[in-house]
Amino acid sequence: MAALDELTRPAGDDDHVGGVPARLVASPASTEEAAALVAAAQGLSVVVRGGGTKIHWGPPPRSLDLIIDTRRLSGVVEHAAGDLITVVGAGTPLGDLALGDQQLAIDFHPGATVGGVVATGASGPRRLHYGTARDLLIGITVVRPDGVVARSGGKVVKNVAGYDLGKLYTGSYGTLGLITECVFRLHPRPAASAYVRSTAPAQAVSAILAAQVAPTAIEIDTATGELAVLLEGTASGVRERAALIEKLLAGEVSETAPGWWGRDPWAPDEIGLKLSVPLSKVPALVDSGSALRGSAGTGVLYAAARDITEVERLRALCVRSGGHAVVLTAPAEVRDILDMWGPVPGLAVMRRIKEQFDPGYRFAPGRFVGGI
Amino acid sequence: MADIDALALALRAELGPEQVVTDRQTLRTYECDGLAHYKVIPALVVLPHTAAQVATVVKACAAAGVPFVARGSGTGLSGGALPHAEGVLIVTAQMRRIVEIAPADERAVVEPGVINLQVTRAATPHGYYYAPDPSSQQICSIGGNVAENSGGAHCLKYGFTTNHVTGLQIVTPDGDLVRLGGRALDPPGYDLIGAFVGSEGTLGVATEVTVRLTRLPESVRTLLAAFTSIDAAGAATSAIIAAGVVPAAIEMMDALAIEAAEAAVACGYPPGAAAVLVVELDGPSAEVEAQFEQVTALCTKEGAFEIRIAADEAERALFWKGRKSAFAAVGRISPDYIVQDGVIPRTALPEVLRRISEVADSHGVRVANVFHAGDGNLHPLVLFDARVEGEAERAETVSGAIIDLCIEYGGSITGEHGVGMDKAKYMPRMFGDDDLDTMQLVRCAFDPDHLSNPGKVFPTPRLCGERPGSNLAERFPGVEVF
Ligand SMILES: Cc1cc2nc3c(=O)[nH]c(=O)nc-3n(C[C@H](O)[C@H](O)[C@H](O)COP(=O)(O)OP(=O)(O)OC[C@H]3O[C@@H](n4cnc5c(N)ncnc54)[C@H](O)[C@@H]3O)c2cc1C
Repeated sequence: MAALDELTRPAGDDDHVGGVPARLVASPASTEEAAALVAAAQGLSVVVRGGGTKIHWGPPPRSLDLIIDTRRLSGVVEHAAGDLITVVGAGTPLGDLALGDQQLAIDFHPGATVGGVVATGASGPRRLHYGTARDLLIGITVVRPDGVVARSGGKVVKNVAGYDLGKLYTGSYGTLGLITECVFRLHPRPAASAYVRSTAPAQAVSAILAAQVAPTAIEIDTATGELAVLLEGTASGVRERAALIEKLLAGEVSETAPGWWGRDPWAPDEIGLKLSVPLSKVPALVDSGSALRGSAGTGVLYAAARDITEVERLRALCVRSGGHAVVLTAPAEVRDILDMWGPVPGLAVMRRIKEQFDPGYRFAPGRFVGGI
Repeated sequence: MADIDALALALRAELGPEQVVTDRQTLRTYECDGLAHYKVIPALVVLPHTAAQVATVVKACAAAGVPFVARGSGTGLSGGALPHAEGVLIVTAQMRRIVEIAPADERAVVEPGVINLQVTRAATPHGYYYAPDPSSQQICSIGGNVAENSGGAHCLKYGFTTNHVTGLQIVTPDGDLVRLGGRALDPPGYDLIGAFVGSEGTLGVATEVTVRLTRLPESVRTLLAAFTSIDAAGAATSAIIAAGVVPAAIEMMDALAIEAAEAAVACGYPPGAAAVLVVELDGPSAEVEAQFEQVTALCTKEGAFEIRIAADEAERALFWKGRKSAFAAVGRISPDYIVQDGVIPRTALPEVLRRISEVADSHGVRVANVFHAGDGNLHPLVLFDARVEGEAERAETVSGAIIDLCIEYGGSITGEHGVGMDKAKYMPRMFGDDDLDTMQLVRCAFDPDHLSNPGKVFPTPRLCGERPGSNLAERFPGVEVF
């Protein structure tokens, strides 16, 4: 086994996570290299880093020795267009995927990698129609915290052989090991698309859904008071459906998305939350006075909170409605005194999962729910 | 069986005598699921009415170290609900309440024994339906669907059960009632719903399920296209996908399957067809009309000699009747048959079908093909006559060879029927030891004593080591644990 110092380099000034500096950094270029690295790093605390666009999400690690940078685990390994699937390295920036007239229908922050989006379970406006990473991921390769390489799923969309580990790793924030490769289901790129922009209230969402126009996204933004709908399909179909929604909302058809579309509503030094409520509770949440933006058609919205009091108010509102409020990011001084995750049903089982995969609590220690 | 007698006594007192079955004759009625050649008579059957009763039963099993197996409608085709001879069979047939249809949340909350089609029936007046539609939807339970991650003809566009479950209440194998998710999406923490769906009853018992309801499409158009060769039908399928169309369903039947369907339900498919495709598009009328023309043109271009377009709901139902009755219909042309379930990349369809027929011919066995062509999910029906010496074995050989082909082409050993008892032996051909070991870490987290449906899915159980506890606080003294 190669020695750790041959596989790593000393950390630089930027190699910290939430203010906790790392000692070492490594950038494996293949699953095999990654497995050798993780095997050699037994006993070390590890945080996996992709494009770094969400590395500040979640609490800082309790300890940190090694950052595994995934960006050399990149590239499209396979694109089987006829089968509508692709196999990609986890460090591949989503923006670099060139899949011709097909697409991996996940919205992402500029610079985000495949692995980062999967590990955080991040999603955007188009989830209404396409679902999220968990729905599109059909196979995964991981390196467990003990250095063992494991795969689940496969390269066909329909497959129920064995447990679906991809689901477990999606949204696991790097606490179960390193994701090295992902297989995704693809969708055809739509021939045409259009936005309908309006100032209709959130109450209009049910009318949009009732109109049977199969929207790709329904987004709301309280700062501008806008409600916007994305329609995709054939040129003539989109024209007809957009006209219908334009009339319904007294809105305006537009080629381009509103400037706020799919962007986080918070500034870099603010508290950013992800809120989730049942669909019928969206209007009440939107009318509650906070600055919100997001998917009014699925009940997953984002908020910028001024202070902890506002976090608590929003969380109470969401939890009472049968939902959740997770603080994704916050300034250090706030983060340290805040319960970022909020109440987590099923936590006891989650702990047992963690203890099976990472009994030493070495991967992203303390970054996840319940101190996992 | 002292354990079982004591358990029966205790559960009778807790649940009521009519909910605990010990009579041998009645126990026998539960000896198999849809895969009838595996038979085991359970030691005890219980019929709980509530989630709390399920928890009581599981707790009692855990305390006594007695294995338990959940059973919905028993339509599974991989022996997943095959009872354990020394165990308890927990039957959800008395848990058939639709708790709520909540169209404003686009959700339905149901007990696990609720029949799949009942959800759609209850939601339709509100303009919604439940999208996953296994062919067995008139009889199979939502709990069974959750366990198997069942699909249906329309999952090409709408996905599988796993894409439609947003909340679960489960009884864990140690008897705890746990709620996961609900009507809202993206609950914080590990996606335990994702882990549970498709785990085939090995991670506990689902006692309540919250599912998505899907808006009824404005328009549904269905066509039946007849081809003179399988290759042409396969090419048409590929052409439709390549054109960027995502139909709700593309189903294929070959000549033998058509013959069976004709004999059984007189569906009146075009005579002389070597293969037919049933293609369905749904969505907003403005989209469906244009794409339907495109699909029709593509079928013609790839050599369809006859295309019928369903003029009304009755004709559409007739197209589907042939397809949906195909399994049972095969009984008309063969006394016995094996229903195989495997997946290949859709582009390999013509080649793999050719190889299946070569294998079948070389063993002197007939194979009828009915399948979800759109997603490469094959359902070869391997025909045989058990009364003829050696035929059953030959059919078994061909059926196994088909699974080998699926693996060779990079597919899967099961697309929807599950691994269960039947295919555990194939798991090592699709996954390595480390893969199976890792999956079983999840099993160990939920069920370290292997009491929940033991012996299914995995060919060799993993030792779970010391029973994990919640030692976080011990390990990190002074660290706040939220
Ligand atoms: C004619 C026919 C056609 C079919 N067509 C399809 C099809 O198109 N697509 C498809 O996917 N399947 C199909 N099937 C297979 C079968 O119907 C499905 O697997 C179905 O989901 C099984 O449901 P069930 O209620 O019968 O479950 P059962 O057979 O009773 O059980 C199946 C598995 O689920 C577990 N289970 C049951 N209830 C629970 C619970 N509450 N909690 C935890 N585990 C539980 C059992 O332990 C077992 O492992 C078909 C079967 C038949 C007979």
